[in-house]
Amino acid sequence: MEYEVVIGLEVHAELATKTKIFCGCSTQFGGEPNTHCCPVCTGMPGALPVLNEKVVEYAIKAGLAMNCDIEQNSKQDRKNYFYPDLPKAYQISQYDLPLCKNGHLEIDVDGQKKNIGITRIHIEEDAGKLNHDEFGGGALVDLNRACVPLIEIVSEPDMRSSAEAKAYVEKIKAILEYLEVSDCKMQEGSLRADVNLSIRPKGETKFGTRTETKNLNSFKAITRAIEFEIKRQIEAVENGEEIIQETRRWDDDRGIGYAMRGKEDAHDYRYFPDPDLALIKLSAEYINNIRENLPELPDSRKQKYINELGLPEYDANIITGSKMLADFFDEATKYCDNAKSISNWIMGDLLRILTEKELEQVPFKPEYLAKLVVMIDSGKISSAIAKKVFEDMFETGENPEDIVTKKGLVQISDEGAIKEIVLKVLENNPQSIIDFKAGKDKALGFLVGQAMKESRGKANPQMLNKMFLEELNK
Amino acid sequence: MNITKEELKHIANLSNLYFSDEELEKYTKDMSSVVEFANELSKIDTQGVEITTSILGEYNIFRKDEVKESFDRDILLQNAPEQGDGMFKIPKVIG
Ligand SMILES: [Zn+2]
Repeated sequence: MEYEVVIGLEVHAELATKTKIFCGCSTQFGGEPNTHCCPVCTGMPGALPVLNEKVVEYAIKAGLAMNCDIEQNSKQDRKNYFYPDLPKAYQISQYDLPLCKNGHLEIDVDGQKKNIGITRIHIEEDAGKLNHDEFGGGALVDLNRACVPLIEIVSEPDMRSSAEAKAYVEKIKAILEYLEVSDCKMQEGSLRADVNLSIRPKGETKFGTRTETKNLNSFKAITRAIEFEIKRQIEAVENGEEIIQETRRWDDDRGIGYAMRGKEDAHDYRYFPDPDLALIKLSAEYINNIRENLPELPDSRKQKYINELGLPEYDANIITGSKMLADFFDEATKYCDNAKSISNWIMGDLLRILTEKELEQVPFKPEYLAKLVVMIDSGKISSAIAKKVFEDMFETGENPEDIVTKKGLVQISDEGAIKEIVLKVLENNPQSIIDFKAGKDKALGFLVGQAMKESRGKANPQMLNKMFLEELNK
Repeated sequence: MNITKEELKHIANLSNLYFSDEELEKYTKDMSSVVEFANELSKIDTQGVEITTSILGEYNIFRKDEVKESFDRDILLQNAPEQGDGMFKIPKVIG
């Protein structure tokens, strides 16, 4: 039987505020355990939370960028459950009056555009972190992350494949980066997703029973966990088993998902309004002011690259998909008009080396990429040499002009010098001359290759070509 | 309004409480009378009264996003039954 997959996502993003949601402790990642803590964020009895105004502002920015209605009246509620990383035994979240509702995002999978509905975006506090206790067999609790502000973005069950889910999370990540409301560092857990997934026979309109796989913190994990769960559910159904509504975890190292123990599945959070916190009432003026000051978003930047700079849609999509790349591209094109060539370098070698070296940032200035392109365009260096210089820039972060001078990589475009090389190569390869005269055009390519080798990549290939033809046709 | 034993068990579970059979018997009765008492409120006509979302009656109490000094870790860990590496030490977590 053919099945349709139904996926909805809950994406959690840590907000890039300086302080926590309800106290003045720093949100900085990586501090010594329990050093960014106070009575409020460690849940000491009697401590009173006071809402950070930036949290509201950032959540509204995200809501507006994701086409949501902003609710002028909002409140915060307690979500009650026991877990050792949650010192108050409740999480302050939002239940029935979230800040943002009814939004949508457009995703693009292989040129297929699709709207994904966003049910709501609400603010809440993050939990602490449990560390494995190597000696005691228990756990050690670090509350630095407790009370760090989060937004939870809840989608409609509109996705039908892992590719759509991935594109959706990528889109959210790009938007939050452009808004500068979250740094979205997935490996630090500041962007993570829960996947709700069910299957149903194709054509069926009722939803099947869904499972929720929690806390996926890389695109790879999201994709693999979805593929795993689709396969598991289809196999279960084909074997006549029933799908149980349950919370699941994903073990990325072993590549398997598994159900959490039953007890914690009791999704009975007994929400009620937090009596320690005041209501949030926002004026239309306040919301409009945020709307008018939103920065440029990925979609509009993409259109600009396509319409004004003539980039292919595919390239524009990838470059604007990361704020870091788009900013790098914009900065580089200030120093060089050849936007297409800058884009090619980014799409090709730059992305390849970034992935290989697992780098988050390019180690040299955008201006340097522009200089490299200018040197190629002006004929100062060949593209073969440019590739080597580019690798060097990744190693040293140096100015390509300096690298070229220091290593003597300037392209040989002097007629006399080129002729010398050509004559030498011809003298050493008499067979190629015979082949060429016998109509084997490949011989020319071979000779040019030999000449490039002779000049260690520095000879101007167009000039070599021309001069070989001149000599051979004499 | 009667609470069943099963309902009481469920509520106790959510609160990490475990009762003996006698306790379960007793608290089921007690809880029933508590709920019954609370149900008196539903006799009041609340037509046209807005749902209470806050008992403070206040709104927009915000804090500026400015870093304040955090607490000394030793003070925060003072009440921890056990600690290790500057963290709260807890028994093994299942899940
Ligand atoms: Zn604090």
